[in-house]
Amino acid sequence: MSSDERTTHSHDHPGTTPDVNETGYYELMAEAIKELLIEKGVVSAEDVRRNLEFLDSRDPLEGGRVIARAWEDPDFKKRLLEDGTAAVEEMGLTMGDAELVVVENTNSVHNMIVCTLCSCYPRTLLGLPPDWYKSKSYRSRAVIEPRAVLTEFGTEIPADKTVRVHDSNADMRYLVLPQRPEGTEGWSAEQLSEIVSRDSMVGVTVPVT
Amino acid sequence: MTIFSTGDRVRIKNSHPPGHRRTPFYVRGKEGIIERYCGEFKNPEELAYGFDGTPKRELYRVRLSQIELWDEYQGSSDDTLDLEIYDHWLEKVED
Repeated sequence: MSSDERTTHSHDHPGTTPDVNETGYYELMAEAIKELLIEKGVVSAEDVRRNLEFLDSRDPLEGGRVIARAWEDPDFKKRLLEDGTAAVEEMGLTMGDAELVVVENTNSVHNMIVCTLCSCYPRTLLGLPPDWYKSKSYRSRAVIEPRAVLTEFGTEIPADKTVRVHDSNADMRYLVLPQRPEGTEGWSAEQLSEIVSRDSMVGVTVPVT
Repeated sequence: MTIFSTGDRVRIKNSHPPGHRRTPFYVRGKEGIIERYCGEFKNPEELAYGFDGTPKRELYRVRLSQIELWDEYQGSSDDTLDLEIYDHWLEKVED
């Protein structure tokens, strides 16, 4: 057996399989489980491909549309804060298997999101999470010293404002509803959605005009 | 009728069973307030091992005070940490 045959797969899954690092234990484990699920007929290769295509098509602009509508439409904002999952469905957006909790920034409260156990994130609204969100550093420090982490993102929260950290550790997913910046009166929904950055919906920054 | 109500003071059990658990170590043994009831969900501690996740568990958001959580916490005494805890990890703290 040549070394190539020992270290590479004999067959390929174009489009769904990243280059597997032969030293990456977990990457190989994930790949093996995927192949077993397909071989046993639990899921099909097409299911895997379609889900990856869907996740790759998600973009923070979707979340930005939700926030812009909440800024413009007080009734929608009320529904969004009461039942986020149902409210985003009105806009044709799905939360998949999870439920959405929307947390509102106010003059007295700033919210930020973390998942200390893994990397839970509202992927269907924001796309895939950034690398820093998945890092052990962010995941531990966001709960222990959130104000220091915010400062590193360039976000200064006044000492008398409450910082509320949400650990996304189970079945809920979180989206921060930032405060609408001053000077945006009369803006179109599209203009508004463009100033809502991904990071402001995770709560590590605030929108600026 | 749910087991706990919003505003109840609860303690997160200081328990260390082996296996897949969704209660982070840093909150075990800590007290907080029920922020809201989230609904019933299949138990991930069972799902992780191929069981069907029943009986479902009630899931709650629990709000903890950051200065009670961390000895060296730098920030306002109003700062909070909210997270989700399944009912079997919670016990009511009587006033």
